[in-house]
Amino acid sequence: MLNQPRIQKATGLRLFWATMWARAYPRIVGALRERSWMFFETFLPVLAVAGYVFLYRAIQAPAEYTGFAVLGGAMTAFWLNVLWSMASQLYWDKDQGNLELYVLSPGPLMAVLLGMAVGGLVMTATRASVIIVLCSWLFHVQYQIADPLLLAVIFVVTMAALYGMGMLFASVFLVAGREAWHLSNLLQEPIYLASGFYFPVKALGMWAATFASVIPLTLGLDAMRQLMFSGDPTLGFLSPRVELAVLAVLAVIFISVAYAALTKLEQVGRRQGRLIERRR
Amino acid sequence: MSAILTENVGRVYKLRGPKRKDDPKEVVALQGVNLEVPAGELFGLLGPNGAGKTTLIKILTTLLLPTSGRAQVQGLDVATHAQEIRRRISMVSGGETSGYGLLTVEENLWMFARFYGLDSKVARQRIAELLDVVGLQDRSRTKISDLSTGLRQKMNFIRGFISDPDVVFLDEPTLGLDVAAARQVRDFVLRWMKAHPDRTLLLTTHYMAEADELCNRLAIIDKGKLLALDTPTNLKRRLRRDTVYTLRVAPLGQRPVDSSTMLEAVPGVRQVTITDVEGAQELNLILEADDALSGVLQHLNQRGSSLLALEKRDPTLEDVFINLVGRRLDEDTAGTKEDK
Repeated sequence: MLNQPRIQKATGLRLFWATMWARAYPRIVGALRERSWMFFETFLPVLAVAGYVFLYRAIQAPAEYTGFAVLGGAMTAFWLNVLWSMASQLYWDKDQGNLELYVLSPGPLMAVLLGMAVGGLVMTATRASVIIVLCSWLFHVQYQIADPLLLAVIFVVTMAALYGMGMLFASVFLVAGREAWHLSNLLQEPIYLASGFYFPVKALGMWAATFASVIPLTLGLDAMRQLMFSGDPTLGFLSPRVELAVLAVLAVIFISVAYAALTKLEQVGRRQGRLIERRR
Repeated sequence: MSAILTENVGRVYKLRGPKRKDDPKEVVALQGVNLEVPAGELFGLLGPNGAGKTTLIKILTTLLLPTSGRAQVQGLDVATHAQEIRRRISMVSGGETSGYGLLTVEENLWMFARFYGLDSKVARQRIAELLDVVGLQDRSRTKISDLSTGLRQKMNFIRGFISDPDVVFLDEPTLGLDVAAARQVRDFVLRWMKAHPDRTLLLTTHYMAEADELCNRLAIIDKGKLLALDTPTNLKRRLRRDTVYTLRVAPLGQRPVDSSTMLEAVPGVRQVTITDVEGAQELNLILEADDALSGVLQHLNQRGSSLLALEKRDPTLEDVFINLVGRRLDEDTAGTKEDK
């Protein structure tokens, strides 16, 4: 085998595609091999949802509030995935020695990040689906889906914006070093509140909800609730189509800024030696 | 066109947050390094820990920019053509912990092969063949979290060759490997170079025998400076007019305060290194001529020591290093002996 002729290697878009799926692979396969998530990442969110469901029932809130809490509970899986498996990942990869190999390979770093996002999204969507099915069955949630196509588009665009933000965070957290852990902790709980994971975000008031809309899940969740539980339209913050437009803009901004940040990170890293140092 | 070219390459690291006013604010890792490695050469960088070998490799592999001078790989500047260089090179470091523990050996290698644009089928085929060459074929489906350090290092080692690179950088590739595994790695390197006469391999090591056995040419580096560059034979030939002895003696006791009464002050003694060995001490001496030995023995006698064994031998690269640097290779740049 040592005497074989030179082998062909993909470049351009084919290399991008190959790199992206190669990086997605450990996420997808890893989740199938490490099955503890089936308990921790489904049972525990169900408990959190149950708390809100019983609260809403106790105060005799409209029936759709049960559905709001269930959908919010399912979407927490995406937020946790973005925080812990996207934003902090490059820092951990650096610590493990993988980042050096990513930078060293011709596969674009953006494809590596996108692969992390795609792999995370695939697995997290499975978890979120399990939570929805389980909670819907437990709490007898009734869905009235008004526009399935719009709902699907809003979900996809929300995910693009959310994981775009995760990609941006990945560069920022890498610069932050070991404080990345604290940053993730810092962002985890407040966003549950600010994005209205368990209640309609409109309840926060216009200004707070507007600020919270920077987090793509805020508007995504609000729009999906409006389309899945066509009860009282006044419970929504903005109309689903407006929210879709804002989410699309957020997706473009986050992905573009993530790309710029990654390019800058590599330049600064090569200049300052940050790609190769391991601070503890 | 040279495979690797450096012109006055220097690298200074700025230190973050010095605690006191007089603490150093920067560290000079490399200074004025000039190298030219033609295609087809197996070139070695030999030096102790902290000498600057890894810094130079990181510069050549585009992970780090030089703060002065310029470096080229395959005629491409590392500062401006990083992406083009990355298509043509690979790097493996000894003691790497890269990869994902939940993936198998084959899957990890496949993932990295895809980052280089290898077709999935071709990648799997090359992985199988390379695993076979290093005797890891029966571990291809083992999760890497279940591999021993040595086996994991073997896996990392072949990762460097899967992408069919023009230039391979191996940074201490046999670090931590047992004798048999290190032998296998060295054999592989030699066979690969023989089978690919147009490729280039740059290897850093602080194992003399490895450098001596593998490298067409060697550069000795210490404290960021290139001290010598030649074939191993020519480097040793520099000492051939000197004579090299290894003496085992009873412990010498306290080192004299007065430098004129030190062993180094004995006429005809060029270099001395002293190592503690099982209740005795081993002296490696480089003498200008054989007749300097009588003065050495007299000196030992005066210090109350006695000769236990004596061997005259051919110079090794270790002697070359000691002659150039003034200390053994297993002492790092701060002069601290490495744990082994």
